[in-house]
Amino acid sequence: MNRKGLSAARLGLYSCHVCNLVSRPRSMSKQSSCPRCGTELHFRRPSSIARCWAFLIAAYILYIPANVLVMMETGSLISYRKDTIMSGVIHLWNNDNKMIAAIVFIASITIPILKLISLTFLLLSVQRRSRWRPRQRTALYRVVEGVGRWSMLDIYVVTLLAALVQLGNMAVVKAGPAAIAFGAVVVLTMFASMEFDPRLIWDPIQDEESHD
Amino acid sequence: MADQPEKLIACHDCDLLQREVPLNKGCMARCSRCGAVLYRNATDSIDRTLAYALSAAVLFVVANSFPIFAIETQGDQSAINLYGAVLAMWDQEMKPISVVVFLTAIVAPTIELLSMIYLLLPLKLGKIPAGYTLFMRTLQYVEPWGMVEVFMLGILVSLVKLTNNFRVVPGVALWSFGALTLLLAATAASFSARDVWARLGQGIDREVEP
Repeated sequence: MNRKGLSAARLGLYSCHVCNLVSRPRSMSKQSSCPRCGTELHFRRPSSIARCWAFLIAAYILYIPANVLVMMETGSLISYRKDTIMSGVIHLWNNDNKMIAAIVFIASITIPILKLISLTFLLLSVQRRSRWRPRQRTALYRVVEGVGRWSMLDIYVVTLLAALVQLGNMAVVKAGPAAIAFGAVVVLTMFASMEFDPRLIWDPIQDEESHD
Repeated sequence: MADQPEKLIACHDCDLLQREVPLNKGCMARCSRCGAVLYRNATDSIDRTLAYALSAAVLFVVANSFPIFAIETQGDQSAINLYGAVLAMWDQEMKPISVVVFLTAIVAPTIELLSMIYLLLPLKLGKIPAGYTLFMRTLQYVEPWGMVEVFMLGILVSLVKLTNNFRVVPGVALWSFGALTLLLAATAASFSARDVWARLGQGIDREVEP
């Protein structure tokens, strides 16, 4: 690890979150703006932790209806079934669509859980000013941020199927209430990961080093 | 910018202040503390990104104008395109879903592509686009919400699910979305915000020197 490193904020320098330009505050009293692009500058994302918690808790709450309620109703002349996210995956698996079942399982179950748990862990570790493996925690954040979008898969599948299969008495596919809750979970966790400022992971380490 | 002294860069993930070093073509600089990618020296970034973005825009129009696929039941065919799916969701009282799909699969990629072309085309012609800050900022905010590649996977999953019960006829938009996914990935990979800022900011830079 770079022991001699100093963060821009510690040296009183702003780093613009839009254009990345490093600049010195022009006046200490007033709110600074970036000399190149005019964006309002902050050393750290304002109230990053509080906002991230807010989105995350909302996501946790909606995660329950998303998994308990019906995601998709499929009916034809011979059969009718209501599927939650999990029962949909199991149904796919049992019908020998193992590949698709695995994809949906990863996108709809693994990724949301991974996101919720990882962000909770990151927030707690930052609040406790943990110095434990900052590099790995930053890497975890990058994974969470990069992979979250793929959870939208099931929403697209439900939309396409429900829109296509509207042929009166032959077959019906309808999106259930879980689809709305699940969509909200995906959007909320995306907002949560955007609000989280990974630089907060490094601030305790920075402080420790400069006290040496 | 050869006359400028070494420039400073702060890592966007850990805020470590570092000196920028010149890179060979195709190389990238990583943060020495957390390993984040700081910047890349993308080959002909502006030219290539513009080429990819323009072709992606054409394909995007095609992908949105033609049916993705159709199913056949008792001789009847029913086809669906992306906007039709959005409307169907709206009619089925699934308005939030309809809005989310509309924003992530149609609006966000449209804004992304138009902003890129608006910024890069004048730069290519040696002009500075008016109001570029707004567009650079928009690009940054919109980028996470464009989910064409996820939608493409959604198409494939739906296709497999449908073939269990129906005869499925692939449409023009299916292939367009496939090609669009690749082109958007190429656009994102060749785009370098740093290069664009460097071009835009020539003459108005007020860098801090060490």
